[in-house]
Amino acid sequence: MAQVLENITDVEDSLKEKYLTFIIDDQSYCIDIRYVIEIIVVQPITQVPELPEYLKGIINLRGKVIPVLDVRLRFGKEERPYDDKTCFVVVDVNGNSVGIIVDQVDEVMRIPDADIAAPPSFSKNGSSRYVKGIGKIGEDVKLILDCQKLLSDDEMDELSAITENMEK
Amino acid sequence: MDKFDMSLESMLETFIFESNTLLEQLDAILLKSEKSNDMEQEDINEIFRIMHTIKGSAAMMGIENVSTVAHRIEDLFFIIRENKSATADYSSIYDIVFQGSDFIKSEIESIQDETTKAADPEELIGRIQEEIDFIKGGTAQKKAKPAAKQKANKPVVKEETEAAGQEPTVVEDSAAEQTAVAEELPEKEDNGKAETVVRVFFEDGCKMENIRAFMLINNMKDYCEKLTYEPQDIETDQNTAKQIVESGFIISFVPFNGNDEIYKIIETSLYIKSYEVLSDGAAVVEETKAAAAAQQETAEKQAAAIENVNTAVQQSKSVKQNLISVNLNKLDELMDLVGELVITESMVIANPDLKGMQLENFTKASRQLRKLTDELQDIVMSIRMVPVSGVFNKMNRIVRDMSKKLNKEVELELIGEDTEVDKTIIDSLGDPLMHLIRNAMDHGLEVTEDRIKKGKSPVGKVILSAENTAGEVVIRVSDDGAGINPSKILKKARANGLLTKNDADYTEKEIYNMIMLPGFSTNTEVTEFSGRGVGMDVARKNIEKVGGSISIESKLDKGTTFIIKIPLTLAIVDGMEVSVGGSILTIPITSIRESFKIQPKQIVKDVNGTEMIMIRGECYPVIRIFEAFGIDTKITNVLDGIIILVETEDKAVCLLADQLIGEQQVVVKPLPNYLNRFNVKERGVAGCTILGDGSISLILDIKNLIANN
Repeated sequence: MAQVLENITDVEDSLKEKYLTFIIDDQSYCIDIRYVIEIIVVQPITQVPELPEYLKGIINLRGKVIPVLDVRLRFGKEERPYDDKTCFVVVDVNGNSVGIIVDQVDEVMRIPDADIAAPPSFSKNGSSRYVKGIGKIGEDVKLILDCQKLLSDDEMDELSAITENMEK
Repeated sequence: MDKFDMSLESMLETFIFESNTLLEQLDAILLKSEKSNDMEQEDINEIFRIMHTIKGSAAMMGIENVSTVAHRIEDLFFIIRENKSATADYSSIYDIVFQGSDFIKSEIESIQDETTKAADPEELIGRIQEEIDFIKGGTAQKKAKPAAKQKANKPVVKEETEAAGQEPTVVEDSAAEQTAVAEELPEKEDNGKAETVVRVFFEDGCKMENIRAFMLINNMKDYCEKLTYEPQDIETDQNTAKQIVESGFIISFVPFNGNDEIYKIIETSLYIKSYEVLSDGAAVVEETKAAAAAQQETAEKQAAAIENVNTAVQQSKSVKQNLISVNLNKLDELMDLVGELVITESMVIANPDLKGMQLENFTKASRQLRKLTDELQDIVMSIRMVPVSGVFNKMNRIVRDMSKKLNKEVELELIGEDTEVDKTIIDSLGDPLMHLIRNAMDHGLEVTEDRIKKGKSPVGKVILSAENTAGEVVIRVSDDGAGINPSKILKKARANGLLTKNDADYTEKEIYNMIMLPGFSTNTEVTEFSGRGVGMDVARKNIEKVGGSISIESKLDKGTTFIIKIPLTLAIVDGMEVSVGGSILTIPITSIRESFKIQPKQIVKDVNGTEMIMIRGECYPVIRIFEAFGIDTKITNVLDGIIILVETEDKAVCLLADQLIGEQQVVVKPLPNYLNRFNVKERGVAGCTILGDGSISLILDIKNLIANN
């Protein structure tokens, strides 16, 4: 087992500490590049009933049907019409492929683990609840998003948070 | 600790598949023999073979306990075979072998599960040993047996010959063993290539003996290296017939494959009364075969039986070469690919760039392409189709075990086992059927005394049938038991607080459906098999998961029938495309009754102002798709759009859509797993499909749509 794990880490070494940065409302966010499968231009979205507002529907990605999630709405921001800079970033989290809609994709950069600080714990609203760290690149500050949290159920999160608090 | 040799992990799947197939075969043989209360030589041989194979492959995989158990059962059957006449009572053997089969099955099932420990076969082996000792004890006076172990590796039929050959003194009355001796002898002289001389007598008064002799020679020709006969010119000289009648027809031959083959030809030829071997090759053993006509007959029969076994083995071998086992994932991929191909094809043929163009050759070629892709699709679908017999036959075993435990005599009848359904559906059919059968046996059928009191046959009957009707497979599980008493169910439902209306308002169908509610059981006692009220709910869920439905028919004191309807395949459905606002939705054709525009006078409003549509004197409620799915559209009035009348087994409603687009075969794709936690399915979306232009269309699930609106 240990050996197998080592092999995987070898392969992933090249992706280590690398992040894809994108922009929403002039704020730069980034996600671990290991989650990212591809970046595609805006596709026609098919609405699906019963979904929360931030899940816009499903798209056809070369024969594969994947859901798309609007990060703006997820963060509780205003919806805005898609333009030619809007992109779908296809990520794979725990075997689920999901397209996340961002205003603009910026670049891929390396942020050493040492330069990442823990997120401030003052706010649980808006985007901050999905931030798992703050990366410092010179003067710039990038918010590192937790992909798992971004895609998982709010209610579930809240529930587990409550139980955690109770345990404390 | 791993339970098997890790270096053979790649073989594991094959091993599991093979062993399970063999065990199923074993169960089938046992059940058959138990029913007829006799074990045929063939069956014993087959069981022996099965156990031998399992033993071998289990040993190879390093699964010790399985190989030990298989080995002991093999021993047991070796002894049974040797002492067939002495072991007339097989009843205890069935139980033991069933146990062994279960043991191996569960071991194989848990083989990849490292948390469970390998079960200890000691007790089982002890019981098998007891049985062996018992049989041995009963026949000890007959002869000492050769050690079972040494023989394990030889083919079965041959072993028989050997066994018989070792003790020719016992063979007086058994023609079968005599044949065996006959088979044994030629083997010796095969190497010497010496001539065998046979004298053949034809039946009295059969006429034209010379021509018959010539035909016999003709038949033998292909199997002999050298072939001479006396009298010689039988073909041309009529007088030889007389000579043959008087002194027999003498054939000398050197066979390619042993004398027994030739003997068989002689035996199976027409009008031959008897034959004797005058000189059997170098050994010069004179063996008079079939001196009495009766004995000859039995010998022929037995020889034929052995031949049957041989041909059966050969047949199963040759069939095997035509069959390959394929990983289901590959088939799924192939199916997906064909689906893509169908989509791409319509993308090309219905390409917007071609609009308004006169393209005669293109149309011709595209028609050809359509034909080919249709064929391809049919073939791929047929690959995935498997007969339901596998699942059905498993039920035999359940009926057997349960009838023993419940002390009810039950006969299971299987009808239409060769009906084929998609592999994925088959897999989710086993559990529901098991529940239904158990249910029928435990709740449905009365105990024997009650049956006699009611004037029914004491043996209960459960019929499991499958049939293919347009696009659907209908499976019925019926029993001739007590039937369902509606008032009893209502009472129980009332007690559980499940009723929302007055008793009288429930139709019989609704009442029957209550027994499939979770936690609902009419049995007051919880037994080993049922009574917790979980089974029926699980059965229904499983069937609905594959797009099927289940309904119940019952008559008091006559019996109950559960009717399962499942689609032939899940992968491709005939759908009607409709547009609503900017979206295109697919409605399965099977649920559509008709579609039409309505007149204002057809609209009826009830007291609450809810619109209903009157069609031919019946009122149907209206579901506006745009409302149900939250789609923006301009057409909100039922008069402007198109009405589609859809139905499920018990309900019909009118759907409002903007317009019909057309009928199309669509490839069903499941919704992304990520969306499973939302109630999309309950809202009435069965899945989605990709249209010719690459856009996605949701496929409606009429049942859920009606239930939730």
